[in-house]
Formats: sequence, structure tokens, C-alpha cells
Amino acid sequence: MVQFSEEKLNKVKEIIARYPDGKQKSALLPVLHLAQETFNGWLSSDTMDYVASLLQLEPIEVYEVATFYSMYNLKPVGKYVFEVCQTGPCMLRGSDDIIAYIKQTLGINVGETTADGLFTLKTVECLGACGYAPMMQVGKHYREHLTPAKVDEIIAELRAAQ
Amino acid sequence: MGRKLLLDKAHIPGIRYYDTYKGNGGYAAAEKALKGMTPDQVLDEVKKSGLRGRGGAGFPTGMKWSFIAKPEGVPRYLVCNADESEPGTFKDRYLMEFIPHALIEGLIISSYTLGANTCYIYIRGEYAWIPEILEEAIADAKKNGWLGKNILGSGFDLEIYVQRGAGAYICGEETALIESLEGKRGNPRIKPPFPAVKGLWQSPTVVNNVETLAAVVPILNIGGEEYAKIGIGKSTGTKLISACGNINKPGVYEIEMNISVEEFIYSEEYCGGIPNGKRLKACIPGGSSVPILPANLLFKTAKGETRMMTYESLADGGFLTGTAMGSGGFIVLDEDQCIVKNTLTFARFYRHESCGQCSPCREGTGWMEKLLKNIDSGRGKMSDIDLLWDIQRKIEGNTICPLGDAAAWPVAAAIRHFRDEFEWHITHPEEAQARNYGLAHYADPREIAVPA
Ligand SMILES: Cc1cc2nc3c(=O)[nH]c(=O)nc-3n(C[C@H](O)[C@H](O)[C@H](O)COP(=O)(O)O)c2cc1C
Ligand code: FES
Repeated sequence: MVQFSEEKLNKVKEIIARYPDGKQKSALLPVLHLAQETFNGWLSSDTMDYVASLLQLEPIEVYEVATFYSMYNLKPVGKYVFEVCQTGPCMLRGSDDIIAYIKQTLGINVGETTADGLFTLKTVECLGACGYAPMMQVGKHYREHLTPAKVDEIIAELRAAQ
Repeated sequence: MGRKLLLDKAHIPGIRYYDTYKGNGGYAAAEKALKGMTPDQVLDEVKKSGLRGRGGAGFPTGMKWSFIAKPEGVPRYLVCNADESEPGTFKDRYLMEFIPHALIEGLIISSYTLGANTCYIYIRGEYAWIPEILEEAIADAKKNGWLGKNILGSGFDLEIYVQRGAGAYICGEETALIESLEGKRGNPRIKPPFPAVKGLWQSPTVVNNVETLAAVVPILNIGGEEYAKIGIGKSTGTKLISACGNINKPGVYEIEMNISVEEFIYSEEYCGGIPNGKRLKACIPGGSSVPILPANLLFKTAKGETRMMTYESLADGGFLTGTAMGSGGFIVLDEDQCIVKNTLTFARFYRHESCGQCSPCREGTGWMEKLLKNIDSGRGKMSDIDLLWDIQRKIEGNTICPLGDAAAWPVAAAIRHFRDEFEWHITHPEEAQARNYGLAHYADPREIAVPA
């Protein structure tokens, strides 16, 4: 069963209170973020239906939005998603080499997850860190000025956190 | 050293926090406005300052504010555009991360001027750690009486909320942003009606960039007239430039709009030149959407005048030989970079980010990406270059929002200025896989005469 804790339900209420009465649809993006964080990093159709019921929306209104925005995962992902930027400014500073290095080190292709379920590799478009390129997002934070050695460190750090 | 108005206190340890910000002259402008000025007087200062929107289009802020409709009994909204997704641009992030109270103070003054009692900061979802910084700043401002009911006894009420996007460049476009804030897909609206008349929940709404709203603080502190004395002509005040690519010192710089492009790239105060003794090949000075310029048109305009870091000088020559200030995302390419590859990454970006509403953009961006991919990987045909040119022309101007134009311009400019490099990829497919075209005749303009 998909169900937020009492604490998270209070958070939902707090979010809805940011908008005028009757405009709770505006809470959809923030609540989908909350749902994705809570339910294993992705949005199943059960999760989306649950969000629809919380916000008194039709399920289709939620699917429409969840499929539009690139940050919502509609399939299960690894515990840590490496989202490597590949747009111009990062490319000029060697993002292609970083992507190749991660592929080789983790033994996966873009869009795949390691067998232990720990790492998923994704390529993304400019994340607003162009001056600190090459870079990737891992969870909430940015990892910048990447080099192969730094990638090794990050992987070791995340493995050690298990 | 250029004068700093936005980042003047950036170096002070703890400036992120309320006490330090307040202790260093913070909230003086908000106090001045709310205690001693009417909204119209504030608007007047902003008009006098000549401030132009820092989000990309450069529209005069005071004029934009004066368009807001004021029907009786209908709420008005201020929305701060912190979507910052134009490749090359990372200046708003810097302001929000390091000096959040400068933005909050700007929002208070701006909301007061517009008569908006609710303000939303719409921030791109990937900046996932910044909402907490902003929310802490909002809470501290509120605790100290700068937000809430009857602020400073002025009778003015204001609440500020942070809303996270979820990964969509298009939501930086103001009407798509409003749709997104209403909990929908980010499909831009047809204008008119303009947001100033019917925006968020069909109420009058002003959408402004983070930097624009933060700039209102120094404008009130020093006065609109004083602000307008900085810079050249209609490019008044200071501008944040986020510099990246092949330069020694990538980062966010505040410039007075009176320095030359050459100084910006080569001086130690800013980019610090190009690493490893390489030469400059090209530059995209205002974010991925603006035309790329080869080195020989960058430092001097086609008329032979020094090109300055101003809206007018960057645009000198129109799209034939000029470019644009855009968002201030300054991307530098050295002699080792491949124009085809660079253009391909932008084409892929726009294909990825097209909302899909308008067929010229939805289909055209995908088509351009495919052709560029072919050329880049040595499978291109000479006719592909003309086809690319044709497609970009058919996108431009034929879409609801300017994303279509933004996708077309980089391709057009790359072909216009670097056609021989595209042709070389086609005539030398194998060699093009092994090495880059290099500088060719786009030499450093300090060494080679500017063509007539
Ligand atoms: C495709 C597209 C993306 C945009 N992205 C942004 C953005 O990320 N940030 C921004 O401030 N303005 C962006 N804009 C411009 C906004 O539509 C709007 O003009 C701006 O927020 C107005 O603020 P300003 O007058 O303070 O510049 C974008 C426009 C388009 C067409
Ligand atoms: S291009 Fe990679 S962060 Fe901007």
C-alpha cells in the first residue's frame, strides 16, 4: 500500500496552504517530488494514483505531469543515480570522457543500473554548473570538477555508505 | 576594479545568514521603500535606473511593472524566475546560494511596488539544495518583521513561497512557468493575454528573473539616477556574467557594462585568458540560444569598433555579424573545439526540451539533431547543410514561444560563420573522426585583420 506517514501528510498540508483555496493542483509538482523521495526514487502508477487522491485530482492530471518533467522517474532506478551533464559547456571540458569512464568502471551503459542495484547512469542536459564542469548530480547534490580519480572516490564513498 | 553592486558583499563570511547580511547594510533598501516611499516612487526609481530584465530578453523592468493590471479586488502576483536552465548560465544559482537575503530583500521591495501580497520563487528542480537555503532566509526575514502582516507598520502584507520545478527548460519561459506553477505540464500559453493582465490563476502577474529582482536593492540604495550612470547608453548598471568553457577562471563575475569583450576574456580580474596557451576560436556570450561568433568578429564589430559587454554592442551587426547579451551565459571555445559537435549538443538540448506543442519546433529540433549527428559522425552529405539551414528557417518565428527561435539561432549562426568546417566534416569524414578542424582562418583577431 502506498501511504505517506503522518509527518509527510502534514508536509502535504503545509504545501497546499501556500496556494489560494481551491488551487491545490499547484501542489502537484512538490508532492510528486515528496512521493518520489519517499517511495524508492520512482513513481509507480499506484504512487501517482495516491497523489491524485491526496490532491483531489483525476489520475490523468497526475500522469500528464509526471511524464512531462524529466526529474520524475517512471521506472525503478538504482539507489544512486549518476546524472552526468553532456551539454556544450560540459562537453568542452571533457564530459564525454567522464561518461565513458563511468560506463567502463561500473560496467553499464547509459540508462542501465548495476546488478547490485546501487548505481544508475543517466545523461542529462545542462544543470547550471557549466563553470564547474564536467559535473553530475547524485541525489540532491552536485559533484563538480569531475576527473576519473574523483569518480572513483565518489563510487568508493557511496559503496562504503552501505 | 569594476564597481560591484550585487556581489560587493559576497566575500564576507556568513553573508548567507540574516544577522551578517543585516549587519552589513542589508534590508536598508526595504526599510527605505516601505517606510518612506509610495509604490509609485519606487517604480519611478526603477524606471530612472534603466534596469533591463536579466533573464535574457532585456526588457525594461520599470516599463514591465507599469503594465500590470490593477482590477479592484483581484490579487496580483510576483513570480521570481529561478528556473535558470539556459546552457552556460549559472549566475542566479550563485546569488541564491551565497546571498539569498539580497533576493528576498529585492522581492519585498518589488512586491510592495506591484501591490502583490504573495510571491513565488520558481526554482529549477535540480537545484535541490537551494530551496532550503531560501526557506531559511525567508523564515529569518519573517522572524525579524520583513515578511508577514503589516510589515514595518506600512500596512503592506507579504508571503514568499518557494516552488520547485522538476526538470524542464521550457518552464523558464514565463507562461510555461505559470502553467507549471498551476500544477500542469509546461506548455507555453498564447499571448495575448499577457501575464501582466492574466497570469497566475488568471490574475495579473509579473515574472522577473532572480538577478533583475535582486538589482532593485542597490537601485534603491544608491538611487536610480546613480545606477543609470554606470554602464554605457541603455546598458545601465552591472550585470552578472557566468563564464565557462575554455578559460582559466570559470565562474560568476559582476561587470560594469562598460568593459570590452577582450578585457573580459583576457584580464586577470575576469576569465584570465585561455588555458595552455591556446587561441580563441569562438564565443557564445549570452547562453546557448544566442549566435556563436568566431574570434574575428568577437573583439571588433564588422564596422571595426571595439565590441563591448553591453546589450547594444554585443548585438551590433544583428544576426549577420553580431550576437546578444542574452542571459549572460558566456561560453568560450578554444582552437581545439569542434563547432559541429558543439552545435550538435545544443540541438540535442533543444530537442530534449521542446514541449512538443508546435510541430515546427517538435519535429524540426529532432530533425536538426539527426542531421548534425550524421555530419558529426562522418555520415553527412553536402545537401544536409542546406537542409539544416532550411529547417532552422522554418522553425524560427513559427512557434508559440521563442524556444523554437532559440533552437534555430545557434544552428544558423554556426553554419553562417563556420560553413567550411561543416563542409570539411563531409569531405573528410575519417579525418574528422580523428582530429578537429582547428582554428582555420578564424584566427585571433589581434593577429589577423578583420574582414571588411
Ligand atoms: C525557452 C525559454 C526559456 C527561458 N528561461 C528563462 C530562465 O531560465 N530564467 C529567466 O529568468 N528567464 C527565462 N526566460 C525568459 C522569461 O520568459 C522571461 O522573459 C523572464 O523571466 C522575464 O524576466 P526579466 O524581465 O527580469 O528578464 C526564458 C524564455 C524562453 C523563451
Ligand atoms: S553544460 Fe553542463 S552544467 Fe551547464
